[in-house]
Amino acid sequence: MNPVGNATDSKPRLVLTGITKRYPSVVANDDISLSVRPGEIHAVLGENGAGKSTLMKIIYGITKPDAGTILWNGQYETITTPSQARRLGIGMVFQHFSLFETLTVWENIALALDERVSSAKLAAQITEVSEKYGLPIDPYRLVHSMSVGERQRVEIVRCLLQEPKLLIMDEPTSVLTPQAVLVLFETLRRLASEGCSILYISHKLDEIRALCDSATVLRGGRVSGTAIPKNETNESLARLMIGGELAVCSLMPRQPEEVRLELDHLSLPTADPFGTTLKEISLTVRSGEILGIAGVSGNGQKELMAALSGERLSTGPMIKLLGQPVGDLNPAKRRELGLTFVPEERLGRGAVPPMSLAYNALLTGSRKGMVQNGMIYPTVMRSFAKKVIERFKVKCGDEQSAASSLSGGNLQKYIVGRETMLEPKMMIVGQPTWGVDVGAAQLIRQALIDLRDQGVALLVISEELDELFIISDRLMVLAEGRLSPSVRPAETSIGQIGTWMSGKFNEPAGRGAAGADPLQEVA
Amino acid sequence: MNPIVPMIASTVVAATPLIYAALGETIVEKAGVLNLGIEGMMLIGAVAGFAATLATGSDTVGFMAAAGAGVALSLAFGFLTLNLQTNQVATGLALTLFGIGLSAFVGHNLAGTPLPPLPPIFIPGLSSIPIVGDLLFRYDIMVYLSLVLFAAVEWFLIKSHAGLTLRAIGESPSVAHAIGKSVLTTRYLAVMFGGACAGIAGAYLSLVQTPMWVEGMSAGKGWIALALVVFGTWKPARVVLGAYLFGGVTQFQLFAQGFGLPIPTEFLSMLPYAATVVVLVIICRDPKTILLNQPASLGISFHAAA
Repeated sequence: MNPVGNATDSKPRLVLTGITKRYPSVVANDDISLSVRPGEIHAVLGENGAGKSTLMKIIYGITKPDAGTILWNGQYETITTPSQARRLGIGMVFQHFSLFETLTVWENIALALDERVSSAKLAAQITEVSEKYGLPIDPYRLVHSMSVGERQRVEIVRCLLQEPKLLIMDEPTSVLTPQAVLVLFETLRRLASEGCSILYISHKLDEIRALCDSATVLRGGRVSGTAIPKNETNESLARLMIGGELAVCSLMPRQPEEVRLELDHLSLPTADPFGTTLKEISLTVRSGEILGIAGVSGNGQKELMAALSGERLSTGPMIKLLGQPVGDLNPAKRRELGLTFVPEERLGRGAVPPMSLAYNALLTGSRKGMVQNGMIYPTVMRSFAKKVIERFKVKCGDEQSAASSLSGGNLQKYIVGRETMLEPKMMIVGQPTWGVDVGAAQLIRQALIDLRDQGVALLVISEELDELFIISDRLMVLAEGRLSPSVRPAETSIGQIGTWMSGKFNEPAGRGAAGADPLQEVA
Repeated sequence: MNPIVPMIASTVVAATPLIYAALGETIVEKAGVLNLGIEGMMLIGAVAGFAATLATGSDTVGFMAAAGAGVALSLAFGFLTLNLQTNQVATGLALTLFGIGLSAFVGHNLAGTPLPPLPPIFIPGLSSIPIVGDLLFRYDIMVYLSLVLFAAVEWFLIKSHAGLTLRAIGESPSVAHAIGKSVLTTRYLAVMFGGACAGIAGAYLSLVQTPMWVEGMSAGKGWIALALVVFGTWKPARVVLGAYLFGGVTQFQLFAQGFGLPIPTEFLSMLPYAATVVVLVIICRDPKTILLNQPASLGISFHAAA
């Protein structure tokens, strides 16, 4: 099974030497070197903004490096376009999928192929390759009707059709259930055993230790170390990645108090034809409690957020905030009652990209004295923004910087900070640490826990199971628009929640407690 | 004489310029570019085609000159919106205003000169079948070519690889760029095709429908063509159907006025536009059709990041 044994002696497939890429404000890659052998699964580990994605884009010919050389199968190559990279045998599966939603699977794949193939022949090829690697897909389906996991299969099959010698996977598991991660790992191991090299980009330490033969760790655009992941611990890898100790947050037991949010059989047809209909959702969140909602995006997460925030109105007493029916109140009115929320999309929903951080504070914080009698009080506004920046260690120019100029993690810290400092009674958070680096994620999680300890009720919707197991008092799973029963993290397992995530709620929650954590099994 | 046959025949003639302009714009919009300058390109095409035919006596030269003039104008639009990333709506409106003004200026001395109309094609045998012959086989060459164009556009969009690339670029230029497609080239070609079609549509007005040059003779047909593209939810077959429907209502109201029906003429003149609005509203009631067919990047500038 382990491909390294027979591949150690062969000459490297890819050698990068001194790769450097400078952007006007930041050096994304600074003198990066790494080497991958045939059949090797090589992890590129690093926080957000460490330069992983830039490096991969350089290999795939999307971005041009300022300096450095690429040695491919012993020959120097200057890769200037993705199609040239594909001709050399380099395939890439993107983190944000590069699929066209209104086209079918085979059309999407045909677009990326350099030669012309008839649709029937291509469809047969797709079916053959997808079955060979355990990734069944129907070539004639429209992409918009597919789940995120299925879309990823399309991306992978698209790469496999070109028989790549090197496959780049950019954060591939962020959209998968734990069970689907296992299937993916099987596929990748099989590919590697056939001699394909894999560059596996991730910040998930467990996965890297379970899957990868070797690792190059990036920090701040530079190589901060190399490692054999199997011989390392999460802590030692994290040290290489963030250059310090990983803070640990923990949840002290606490007795929840009065009910702050109650959903009573909330059913809501979707407005978006590609969306999910919410079916009979019932839950309560109490003061001093964090309720975690697990599940893969696209199962009603967006719709539930919209129904809770007031972007989408509902009728009757299905949604009660502090005992008051709020289904027909708009977001501003719900905020007046003490609700704050951090939406999943930071730019465009959580913040207005071209506006300054200070003005973005004003958008939700106008009640904090920033607007009086219809006039903006800039000093109040700025000092509020400054406080958020300081308390949440937001890396930015100052409060006048545009929201779009911040990295994803820093903007998320700012938005969470802003919503926290509005002193909510009830806070709803969508994907709090999506695309956020480890250090920032810890800070955000701790901030949520602090709020809970102060008696705020929190509802956190997240795809990161590990995170929900750390911060939740209770867990529920949203799958296909329905909500599972609630369970305490200590009384369940990742395996059990994973089963629920595929919509099978009938299996008891307690059963898996002693049993399997799928990732541990693999390791 | 039965008024139905001449009414249908004139419907076809009324619809043909709309078909050219709207099919061209369908391709442009499928690539994600919104060119509101059809009206202007039609007028330029009309005056260029008229002048060329007047000078050479050849209708073929006229239509080619018209297509060329449309392409020239569309290239200006392409340079502004695709290279310089100007706002497509504003640029398209400016193009229309520019086309109206320029065509009036160029055509100043041509106004009022009549030309012989393009002769219909008589196919021995077929054309002399009663009624059917009159209905199907007595049009000028451009009517038949418009149907050929429809078939070509339909084939291009659905069957050809280049058409697939074009649709993909309209859906998401950034993804298309990431997999190595040239957004700029494809969009330029689409815009030029739209320009050529609009030019031909304009020349059809000045060489066939009313064989003379009159200032502003397109009289809003460019805008109707734009509406037809939406009305047809970016599907060529529906666009053509819409053009015939609009042409039909237009002719019906003319005949109705001629027959002196007891309906105010103002109301009758309004009919084609009201019908367009009603059909548009009905079409837009199904958000899914729109979502699946509307190019997602329509009207949005694309700048490839280095």
